[in-house]
Amino acid sequence: MTMAPARPASIPAAAPAHPSAPRPPRWTDAHVTVAMRSKRHRRRLVNGLMVGLVTLAALLAVLPLIVILGHLVALGGRSVQWHFFTSLPRPVGEVGGGMANAIVGTLILVGLASAIGLPVGIGAGLYLAEHAGTWLATVTRFLSDVLNGLPSIVMGIFAWQFLVRPLGHFSTWAGSVALAAMMIPQVARTTEEIVRTVPVSLREAALALGYARWRTSLSIVLRTASAGIVTGALVAIARIAGETAPLLFTAFGNQFWSTSLNQPIAALPLQIFTYAVSPYDDWHAQAWAGALVLIGLILLISLIARLATRHRFAGPGGD
Amino acid sequence: MRPDIGLPDRAATSRETGGELPSGRPLRERRGPGAVTGALAVSRAVTPPAPAAGVARATPDAAPAPRLAAESLDAYFGALHAVKDATLALPDRFVTAIIGPSGCGKSTLLRCLNRMHETVPGARVAGRVLFDGQDIYGRDVNVTAVRQHIGMVFQRPTPFPTMSIHDNVAAGLSTVSPRPSRTEIDAIVEHALHRAALWDEVKDRLRDAATGLSGGQQQRLCIARALAVEPQVLLLDEPTASLDPISAQKVEELVYELRRDMTVVIVTHNMQQAARVSDRTAFMLHGNLVEIAPTKELFTTPRDERTEAYITGRFG
Repeated sequence: MTMAPARPASIPAAAPAHPSAPRPPRWTDAHVTVAMRSKRHRRRLVNGLMVGLVTLAALLAVLPLIVILGHLVALGGRSVQWHFFTSLPRPVGEVGGGMANAIVGTLILVGLASAIGLPVGIGAGLYLAEHAGTWLATVTRFLSDVLNGLPSIVMGIFAWQFLVRPLGHFSTWAGSVALAAMMIPQVARTTEEIVRTVPVSLREAALALGYARWRTSLSIVLRTASAGIVTGALVAIARIAGETAPLLFTAFGNQFWSTSLNQPIAALPLQIFTYAVSPYDDWHAQAWAGALVLIGLILLISLIARLATRHRFAGPGGD
Repeated sequence: MRPDIGLPDRAATSRETGGELPSGRPLRERRGPGAVTGALAVSRAVTPPAPAAGVARATPDAAPAPRLAAESLDAYFGALHAVKDATLALPDRFVTAIIGPSGCGKSTLLRCLNRMHETVPGARVAGRVLFDGQDIYGRDVNVTAVRQHIGMVFQRPTPFPTMSIHDNVAAGLSTVSPRPSRTEIDAIVEHALHRAALWDEVKDRLRDAATGLSGGQQQRLCIARALAVEPQVLLLDEPTASLDPISAQKVEELVYELRRDMTVVIVTHNMQQAARVSDRTAFMLHGNLVEIAPTKELFTTPRDERTEAYITGRFG
């Protein structure tokens, strides 16, 4: 009796066939031929190669973020100290100083812009999804896409023309409106996409329970889509938090402490811009630190919103 | 006094002729004296009185007065004439099954009975549907009130994914006015879950996600949700089509129980199911209501040869 060349020593030779003997398994490793083995090797090789390639692509996708973060920490990390958050900008040459006014200014600008932009954007998106066929929806959808592609500087000029010039001064309002106008088309379109994924059967179930259409939209459709809408809103907030161009002619920036909605207000991106184009080394360091704080702020907002919506459903006694 | 779905007062006189509600349910609350828009209030009776023991059910042949009746009903999807001139009466506290091959219009007919058909874009209805003598397609009728009185359960279980089991059952109560208190809601939820034969399986996890239930449990949850608003009529659109046999059997038993205090219409593909659960059966074909008769009669001595062909399996 000859052993098959590929059979490992651990597999016993097939017993001689006997009617009463239990039948050997039909298919064991011992039966694998050399040709099969090479095919299997090839499959594994191709599989490994492909997995490697997509892993590489995934790493490349996050590489810029890692490089940027590393760079920011390296250059601005030293300047991010307690006084950076608590004190106002100081003149060139003076040690210390921070961006307290710009941090608060950005929070006010982004908060106000979100307060205007999110309800309008989500409402518009809901309309686009629930009344998809109407001419108003078609026109709105098209204009939203155009608006989404509009350079942000144009939005700034627009806000300047309509809010700054008639009122005669730069203001937080003007900056927030410019930012809100940038949010609305984006939020509307993502809301529309998410709302469309809510199955018709859920709407029908609500209508059959005696829900009016508006109530179905608000308490069933929007609620079901809320996780996706929150994600869309966060992307929009993160985007406007970093915008500089729309603020140049609207919020304008402010070296002093101001939380007034009718006065020019400082903002992190503006401050970063001002410091970055200056010829002073300590201002450059401040600009890097400002960028680091801006990214940290966006991360923080995202994190809080995520946590807030995570267990939205099983709240005690919620109804 | 009949449930008020918002007809003007001239209709009220005709309503009086029917006498008391058979189940002896409390009167509907009105919003104000002589309110034209009518009260939407759904009964808040936590435990509707069970029919007195020994109350003789009418036999399928001697059906009581219809609770719901369609008169020359036509339904369209755009140019498609889905239901053609259907006239049928649904006797009170009877289970009526609608059978027929796929695409015959049975689901559409069902959806016309609580005005769900018109929620589909391009859909249109002509004809009358009388709920206790009032046309639900009438001019001043409140659609949401109609749907509260005539509940519906669909083929696929549709629990609201963002809500707990408890909140799913309570979902319909949010449209009721005046709104029940928290303890009332809890009692209604428990009662509805009992009626849907689901209470024992979920009583310890009422705050858990409804989507964590099995398919059969989800479907019974949907039935409980429909029952919580105390409808007088329950429309079931192939309620067991997506369920396993054991879950389907539970739903069937439930339907059999429900007819003690409500009118049930069930659309089904499954002729055995129709034979098991229904008192009367209607057969539809190509949008036409071919025949409606007591179930036993329809399955043993059908009058129309098309019905006979279908139930003997020659087509469909």
